[in-house]
Amino acid sequence: MFSRAYRTAITVPPLVWVAVFLLVPYLLMFCYSFWSVSESGAIVHSWNLDNYHELLTKPVYWQTLLRSMWIAARVTFFSMLLGYPLAYFLSFHAGARKDLYYQLVIIPLWVSYLVRAYAWKTILGTDGVLNTLLQYVHLTRHPLDFLLYSPFAVVLTLTHIYTPFTFLPIYASLEHIPRNLVEASHDLGATPQQTFWRVILPLSIPGLLAGATFAFVLSLGDFLAPLLLGGPSGIMISNIVVSLFGAAYNWPLGAAISLCMLALVLALIFFSERLEKKWSFS
Amino acid sequence: MARAPSPAKASSAKPIAMATTSEPEVVATTTPGTASLLSIRSIAKHFGRNIVLRDISLEIAEGEFLTILGESGSGKTTLLRILAGFEHPTSGEVWMQSQRLDTEPPYRRRVNTVFQHYALFPHMTVEQNVGYGLAIAKRPAAEIESRVAEALAKVKMSAYAKSKPSKISGGQQQRIALARALVNRPRLLLLDEPLSALDANLRRQMQVELKALQREVGITFIFVTHDQEEAMVMSDRIALLRSGELEQVASPREIYNRPATSYTAQFIGHTNLLQADIRQGTATCGALQWPTSLPDGPARFSLRPECIRLATTAQSAIGSPEKSTVVRFRGKLRDQVFHGGTDLLRVESDAGLILTVRTASRDLPEAPIEFEFSAADAIPVRATSLASDSSPSSSSSSEDRP
Repeated sequence: MFSRAYRTAITVPPLVWVAVFLLVPYLLMFCYSFWSVSESGAIVHSWNLDNYHELLTKPVYWQTLLRSMWIAARVTFFSMLLGYPLAYFLSFHAGARKDLYYQLVIIPLWVSYLVRAYAWKTILGTDGVLNTLLQYVHLTRHPLDFLLYSPFAVVLTLTHIYTPFTFLPIYASLEHIPRNLVEASHDLGATPQQTFWRVILPLSIPGLLAGATFAFVLSLGDFLAPLLLGGPSGIMISNIVVSLFGAAYNWPLGAAISLCMLALVLALIFFSERLEKKWSFS
Repeated sequence: MARAPSPAKASSAKPIAMATTSEPEVVATTTPGTASLLSIRSIAKHFGRNIVLRDISLEIAEGEFLTILGESGSGKTTLLRILAGFEHPTSGEVWMQSQRLDTEPPYRRRVNTVFQHYALFPHMTVEQNVGYGLAIAKRPAAEIESRVAEALAKVKMSAYAKSKPSKISGGQQQRIALARALVNRPRLLLLDEPLSALDANLRRQMQVELKALQREVGITFIFVTHDQEEAMVMSDRIALLRSGELEQVASPREIYNRPATSYTAQFIGHTNLLQADIRQGTATCGALQWPTSLPDGPARFSLRPECIRLATTAQSAIGSPEKSTVVRFRGKLRDQVFHGGTDLLRVESDAGLILTVRTASRDLPEAPIEFEFSAADAIPVRATSLASDSSPSSSSSSEDRP
């Protein structure tokens, strides 16, 4: 048993940290979202629901939110499409090279997000690597302009960045499956394909859900990729929040949007965890 | 479904009513020991430089209960995994009658396995677990339902059909694993130390039940265990495996009464190993002497503790015609361990030889006691290369294995 003083010493600092840098800001945001800004640009501390009303009535906000969710959904889909087979291969068929491949998947996470986003800019741009190559091999005559500054570029970049995040929980859940269950399935007459659909996939659902939640939540709140690569058509809800807190100087409205996103994300995580629990058996 | 026809598949062509009744009869009509079902031919298995099995050949009869007995690391589980199809032999072949087995993947063998830790699918109910093989074989739903119900009734688990495996006890999971394998009516059932995780009482009960079940269904069982007592209770034959080689294959009685090697004699039950010297038909070990038909030279004999008894004056007074075959010696009691109905004694004979003796429980005097045994009970055994066997005159097997 640890002494009382020791326990206090190790638990209080993190609690203070969380309180000062997480709970207090959230509380402030919560308050701001019910206030407003005067003509002169000062915060008016009068409680009302105007910001939430504006959110629901002005199409630009909820449309951007829907578009962001649509982008996040596509990112989720593609990163699972890439992450699951990768994780499956590593877990079941990589043999002795498992650790090497695992490192290769993880290493991109060490590279700064900004560097990776810029890399896509140089690949996808009008004079970028991809367009130059396409013209060089005479597949296209003019540079393709939908590559950069489009939702396509945002989805591509975010998929690249968040695939390792979906890979990791899926891989962990696959590694967690006792191999004798796979053998038992084969023993009972199931081919490898049948075993995958009836045993491996159902048992990896918790990892799949966790991975999907990661990809969706992280890409929904992303503002750098749309800023660098999205162009006008690739604007996401976080860009609006950034500009409301910055150039537009409308903190109350920005706070209201942030809280809506927070509620959305928390609800998502809540349901995803419920589902994960339902599908975990260990 | 581009799947090559398998025996399991072929049987699905039969009408349902036929299939539910005919398959076990085919197996049951052949009595144990008549026809060979499985033929293991010169199987060897290497994992890199590590040789796990070398040159294993074994014929297993239709309807037989064969136990592969061995210490951990003897290769018994590897041999079982080769039969199930989870490992490929480095060399050698496995045949099931006219079908070569070792080249087939596990899902095309009419072999089912009861895994050591049961390996029940955690996301399925007990019922779904048992019906898995039938569902994979695409049997009609009504047939699956009735066969699953029948299998669950057979292992007395009908009440738990809708439970998840995590909600039932280890012994119950064990029964489900058994039902899940047997419901497919395999030609051969492999059991990988299925009772090792159960407590002693339940294990004894399951041994009896399992043996009865095997007689009832008539399916060939290959049972792997490290527990020699378990092997004795259940098997028609025991194949004793040692460091990847077959030491002896025989019925429990024969392997106990006539062990071929000193390793077998020591591994199966307790024994006294006597290192004797033979001259002109007489074996000498310390103060003991008995007649033998073996040629001159050193030899090794196994003498079971229960074959040595307290010599009574009455017996010696009778002076039977076979008197010459009864060997008598005086010994001092060193140690007496109570084992319930019997006592295990450690007796030091006049020449310093230590012998283990099993007698009915009783109080014994401090003074030297007269013991005797029949010369016929001293079984000559082949020496084995174990370093521990080279002790000069006698050694007895280690204490009771847990």
